Amino acid sequence: MAETFFFEALRAAVDEEMEHDPSVFVLGEDVGHYGGSYKVTKDLYKKYGELRVLDTPIAENSFTGMAVGAAMTGLRPIIEGMNMGFLLLAFNQIANNAGMLRYTSGGNFKIPIVIRGPGGVGKQLGAEHSQRLEAYFQAVPGLRIVACSTPYNAKGLLKSAIRDDNPVLFFEHVLLYNLKEELPAAEYLLPLNKAEVVRQGKDVTILTYSRMRHHAMQAAKILEKDGYDPEVIDLISLKPLDLETIGASVRKTHRVIVVEETMKTGGIGAELIASINDRFFDELDAPVIRLASQDIPTPYNGALERLTIVQPEQIVEAVQKMVALQV
Amino acid sequence: MVQERILPGFQAAQVQITKAEGLCLYEDMVLGRFFEDKCAEMYYLGKMFGFVHLYNGQEAVSTGVIQAMRPGEDYVCSTYRDHVHALSAGVPAKEVMAELFGKATGCSKGRGGSMHMFSAEHRLLGGYAFVAEGIPVATGAAFQTKYRREALGDETADQVTACFFGDGAANNGQFFECLNMAALWKLPIIYVVENNKWAIGMAHERATSQPEIYKKASVFGMAGVEVDGMDVLAVRAAATEAVERARSGEGPTLIEALTYRFRGHSLADPDTLRAKAEKELWFARDPIKKFAAYLIEQNLADQEELKAIERKIQAVIDEAVKVAESSPEPDPSELHRFVFAEDE
Ligand SMILES: Cc1ncc(C[n+]2csc(CCOP(=O)(O)OP(=O)(O)O)c2C)c(N)n1
Ligand SMILES: [Mg+2]
Repeated sequence: MAETFFFEALRAAVDEEMEHDPSVFVLGEDVGHYGGSYKVTKDLYKKYGELRVLDTPIAENSFTGMAVGAAMTGLRPIIEGMNMGFLLLAFNQIANNAGMLRYTSGGNFKIPIVIRGPGGVGKQLGAEHSQRLEAYFQAVPGLRIVACSTPYNAKGLLKSAIRDDNPVLFFEHVLLYNLKEELPAAEYLLPLNKAEVVRQGKDVTILTYSRMRHHAMQAAKILEKDGYDPEVIDLISLKPLDLETIGASVRKTHRVIVVEETMKTGGIGAELIASINDRFFDELDAPVIRLASQDIPTPYNGALERLTIVQPEQIVEAVQKMVALQV
Repeated sequence: MVQERILPGFQAAQVQITKAEGLCLYEDMVLGRFFEDKCAEMYYLGKMFGFVHLYNGQEAVSTGVIQAMRPGEDYVCSTYRDHVHALSAGVPAKEVMAELFGKATGCSKGRGGSMHMFSAEHRLLGGYAFVAEGIPVATGAAFQTKYRREALGDETADQVTACFFGDGAANNGQFFECLNMAALWKLPIIYVVENNKWAIGMAHERATSQPEIYKKASVFGMAGVEVDGMDVLAVRAAATEAVERARSGEGPTLIEALTYRFRGHSLADPDTLRAKAEKELWFARDPIKKFAAYLIEQNLADQEELKAIERKIQAVIDEAVKVAESSPEPDPSELHRFVFAEDE
């Protein structure tokens, strides 16, 4: 494939999987005729019909529960959250039924469902449209949580998520849909449970995901010029965490900085740091630094919004500070 | 006490049932009643724990609806008051009892408990502990049938889903949202509201602006019927019509069955709120006694035949308890089993 936009990569993944398996279908608000709020399902209804690209009424909890019932009885639904924040209304169906039902049913039913859509802080969208639900959902047993960050990984990961027999929460990011990248012409799948080492380095490990990966890489460019050599890891799998890849990096650098877009309290970083302390405490030369969003509803004002989330300069500073520590 | 709803008089004479059908309905209701009575006994003996919601009094609804369906092919979806729906759907009593005992041989492998009975084999989509959350799941199963038929071209896909829930659930958004979608897409589903007049301690009339729940179907352009939920033949007749409608692709039906629970909300409820006069009025309408009288009056069975059924069912229940008692506990090394799809 030639230069492909992020949203086109996602669309291609859905298209290929619908082609590959007739039990795969898409449902959600405006996924059909309108083509999806970020055009991920554009025109797919023309190819697959209105049942396989099902425009639903605005009833998040109920259509999510419907997808659970369809999955229990052998279909493979892909739910599009028009904005992932709206899935707060589907919290019950996602937690109780998508997440826990396989266990409470003693293995009677599988729930092969993908719940995907735009998350994260966009450009002045206001607090309600700037949510990071991965933090809220991470405590639910039975869910896999994945965050994609490039057109390449978006496509390969979404295809794998659709083929996975577990419920997968699949986070895209509102500000990444127009990234462009050359994609392989041949079909490819990427593992859902593997972190991606984006930049090899030896000084410090930066653990990040989704849009913050790009902030971390901007910081790395600046740092390189001054002779710093950070390792940047995109977590990809937010649940379960790929502690193997993370551990290998910690053993190499002995210093960790977490960069995330969730709010500091109860975020992905909190769980990540607790896991690192559990497993690799002896490898650490310094306490982990956590760069997270402020614990506030995301403000509308552009300058305030910028102050709310982590900026590349803060990452640069944190790396300098950490490397300067004498051990 | 509010005025009792005048129940539509059902002309039992209009339905022709054979002796075999009659005995089958009777047996299923007795199974439900005896099973629940045994649960109460076992609960007070400390054999089962948690919230246990019994179905006594409502048997005609489970039996009347599920016996009008195709066992093992059609889908059944329940609530936390799910033991008897599971039994009517064909889940063996010993598997339901073992689940209540928390044993590895339970239908949910001891992971679910009273409010989470599941059986893929019997197409029991489950017991759902949160009020109304089963309604979307059942709607999804019905969507699946339509999808198989229309998107996958599978002409054998004509299964019907029965979705049971209470009067309290009918005030929840999921009820309205799903009625809308089911009517919109003409899904093969029957929504069965078991209006037992109470949602724990909340009297139905105090919770809803329109107590006649079946009328709520009309705004969705859906068929809605009220039926005497203490009369198994009335329920079966309404269900049969709804099943035909669903199977032939003409869409969903809302059935409101007027019924009553003969015990407290759960075994933890002392049931002191409901008026004695109200309870007595409904006890006098016991669906099992009523149907026994009908069978005898119609010369479809004699006392001895009914007694024989009761003895047979008592043996099934005793055996279920024996199996539940003697079954192994789940293996502690399998604590994490079934969290993910990879665990078979
Ligand atoms: C979402 C939710 N809210 C509250 C409860 C507590 N609760 C359990 S049963 C019940 C009453 C439900 O009444 P109804 O739907 O009429 O069913 P019934 O118990 O009469 O069979 C309530 C409030 C619950 N289980 N789930
Ligand atoms: Mg009730």
